[in-house]
Amino acid sequence: MSGALASVRELLTGDRNADRVVPPSGYTARLTTFTAGAMAFLTVFALALSLATGRLADRWSSELAKTATVRISAPVGQMQAQSDAVLKVLSETPGVVSARVLTDAEQRQLLEPWFGPDLPIDTLPIPRLIEVVENTQGPDVEGLRLRLSAEAPGAVLDDHTRWRRPLVNAAYRLRLLAGFSILLIAVSTAAMITLAANAALAANATVISVLRLVGAKDAYIARAFVRRFTLRALVGAGIGTLAAMLGIFFLPAAAQEGAFLTGLGFQGLHWIWPLLIPPLAAIVAFWATRIAAIKTLKGLT
Amino acid sequence: MIELAGAAYSYGGGDILTELTLRLAPGSFHFLTGPSGSGKTTLLRLCYMELLPSIGTVRIFDQDVTSLGRDEVAVNRRRIGVVHQDCNFLDHLSVAENIALPLAVSGREAGGQDANLDELLSWVGLDAQKNSLPPHLSGGERQRAALARAVIMSPDVIIADEPTGNIDWEMAQRLLRLLIELNKLGKTILIATHDLNLIRLAKSQVAARVLRIHNSRLQLAGADL
Repeated sequence: MSGALASVRELLTGDRNADRVVPPSGYTARLTTFTAGAMAFLTVFALALSLATGRLADRWSSELAKTATVRISAPVGQMQAQSDAVLKVLSETPGVVSARVLTDAEQRQLLEPWFGPDLPIDTLPIPRLIEVVENTQGPDVEGLRLRLSAEAPGAVLDDHTRWRRPLVNAAYRLRLLAGFSILLIAVSTAAMITLAANAALAANATVISVLRLVGAKDAYIARAFVRRFTLRALVGAGIGTLAAMLGIFFLPAAAQEGAFLTGLGFQGLHWIWPLLIPPLAAIVAFWATRIAAIKTLKGLT
Repeated sequence: MIELAGAAYSYGGGDILTELTLRLAPGSFHFLTGPSGSGKTTLLRLCYMELLPSIGTVRIFDQDVTSLGRDEVAVNRRRIGVVHQDCNFLDHLSVAENIALPLAVSGREAGGQDANLDELLSWVGLDAQKNSLPPHLSGGERQRAALARAVIMSPDVIIADEPTGNIDWEMAQRLLRLLIELNKLGKTILIATHDLNLIRLAKSQVAARVLRIHNSRLQLAGADL
């Protein structure tokens, strides 16, 4: 642990002599910083997408799994009797915690996005909805359906499984894709930094050759390049992450309606996650440059 | 100190050097001569481990060079000071920084280094050029700076490749004096040159052996040298 900390300290403080021996390289420096910044920016959004879809999937799977709805479509004269029968069946069913009929106001609120606020709900033949809250085990759905069809022929039990499962699956797939995107971004960053490091090593072939001739070990030469590229990646990724976090911070807040896009962001402790991107980019740059440098040096006498 | 036994170096299917047998004893002074393209630089590169022999053995400080790891090669090179014909300076570093480069790469403490560096700059007469960049030095100044860099680690062996090739006779004499001084301090010297006047001048002051490369082989030069 203390060895690793010493390495990090050495990387950050550096060796003035080792830094001086390699001349500053123009475009590779800018390329590395820009690449790290752009990749960090994209990673923050992929991370936000991943976390948002994760939250969505969790919410859909946990909240909806504990509820069901009974829809009663019956002639006006039979509606109350069938409602009472359904409530009685539900009250006797193991696995059901509570059941209640949605009020007209609640039903109006549900239909409002489609029909507007002035819906004359009492004049329309709208089915009555009963909200069922289940315990963790839940009821025997097939048995409950049979009892409901016997006691209240107009009642249909909807346990949300039919539409919940594909939505949850889609959300999990989306999260997986976002995670895969982050992985691709990391690999692309490593590839681009390797290219930039190789270009810098090739441009400094004479310097490396002179250093070898005066007795420099490979580790000394590699360190000069590795430190430079690691710090560039750290700075670039820091700027990219900060810009992306500001962008997400100023996105419209998640609305009550729960529209997905307005929920794309970080919540609470999730804001810590993007802060890990700059050090991770630095680690990627460290290894990419180190491997490139050692490989190049091995080819020299 | 440096020993070649039946060594050869081939490149592109042809023998550049063959049947090389040479022993540089501690404190000895050798010249290596031969026409341009005869393989003088190649032989020197074998002696400071920049090239490995195709066949035969090269032993440096009693170690077979083919058995050395990369770090061991680096450490052993610190015991050999090399003056290249083109000097091989890092143009973005000052003269003083270039001369101190072997110290920097070997992780020597900065304490005491400056005094040693100033002494060395004074010895080669480059005090005034301490902070200049290499491209601003004359040919002779570059060669003297290269010599200072070669000796800053107090190496056991000093190898110089055509050190007087690009400088006038007066400066060549000055450089030779510095090399003879080092030899008198016990350093082993190997100089590749085609400057016969330089060799004759050196032989008048120090017991120097002259080797010649002829038809890819190494032989002792005749009595005329």
